[in-house]
Amino acid sequence: MDTHANVPDSAEAALHAPTSEVEHSHPTWSTYWKVALILTIITVAEVWAYYIPSFVASRGFVPTLLILSALKFTIVVMFYMHLKYDHRLFRVLFTGPLLIAGLTLLALMFLFGHLFIKIM
Amino acid sequence: MSASAVHTSAPTHHHYTTLGLDSRKVAIWAFIGSECMLFVSLISTYLIYKGRSVVGPFPHEAWTDPSTGQVLKPILNIPVTSASTFVLLMSSLFMVLALAAVQNKELPKRTRGERILGNSKLWLFMTALAGTIFLGFQAFEFTSFVHEGLSIRRNLFGSTFFTLTGFHGAHVTAGVLWLVTLLAIDYRRNLGSRDSLLVDICALYWHFVDVVWIVIFTLIYLLK
Repeated sequence: MDTHANVPDSAEAALHAPTSEVEHSHPTWSTYWKVALILTIITVAEVWAYYIPSFVASRGFVPTLLILSALKFTIVVMFYMHLKYDHRLFRVLFTGPLLIAGLTLLALMFLFGHLFIKIM
Repeated sequence: MSASAVHTSAPTHHHYTTLGLDSRKVAIWAFIGSECMLFVSLISTYLIYKGRSVVGPFPHEAWTDPSTGQVLKPILNIPVTSASTFVLLMSSLFMVLALAAVQNKELPKRTRGERILGNSKLWLFMTALAGTIFLGFQAFEFTSFVHEGLSIRRNLFGSTFFTLTGFHGAHVTAGVLWLVTLLAIDYRRNLGSRDSLLVDICALYWHFVDVVWIVIFTLIYLLK
């Protein structure tokens, strides 16, 4: 995290200034290009899968697309949003609400949507 | 301490949490967390009503217009949306390059490649341009949908689709305005490594808008 170039001048702020524990280097330019290439390849694979009728009709279509989408989501969050390199608190601030939102989505889908639990 | 003294000294202070983290960065992550909930609520609504429209147009199925008897194609245009998705993904690359350029502004640039990569104005401009192109694609899509008979009042698909993608488009618009503001600041007084937090916060917002689109693209456009 290199966002603290403006060091506060008060004694209290100096006390709370960032420690080496939370300082991490961000990826290099070449990493950013590689990540962009991977994201493009995954997107092409998703669209390609959409145009294969036999695959669309198969049971693997929906899980495959969901996994690819989750992979893209994770890559952007980890590398472009630097969550992999930043302080743990940011991870909690992001994944906490995301988890609650995801569980709410699942609950709503079971209650009103197209997901059902077969009882008996 | 007088009110004027407080007013003059306030801008020089940067607030840090007890963990040594800048409060502004903590705030943007908390904001992004709350935005996750907003978009998941909109996505939930879309998914709950998916496939429950009584009248067309439909996203993935052909339909017959009752007034003309004409058989019309599914309304979603995957090639166009794939192109706009690619543009938004590239805008995220431009954004990280802009942030890296600002963070490394003071480092010496020897080669032409290093000078290009270190040009924050170029990458901020490219990010704003990519965002604007994405909005252009969205305007084209909305216009063509309305011409094909799909409005926000037409059916459940129209209501949930326009609400979800409209909210996302509004976020992209706000992001573009934010980027243009940063670009103007960069032209006025050259953003340096001491300003990297300003760009970092904007970048976090922009990448969040990108990841929301990654989810929307799969759930709305690709899943039948």
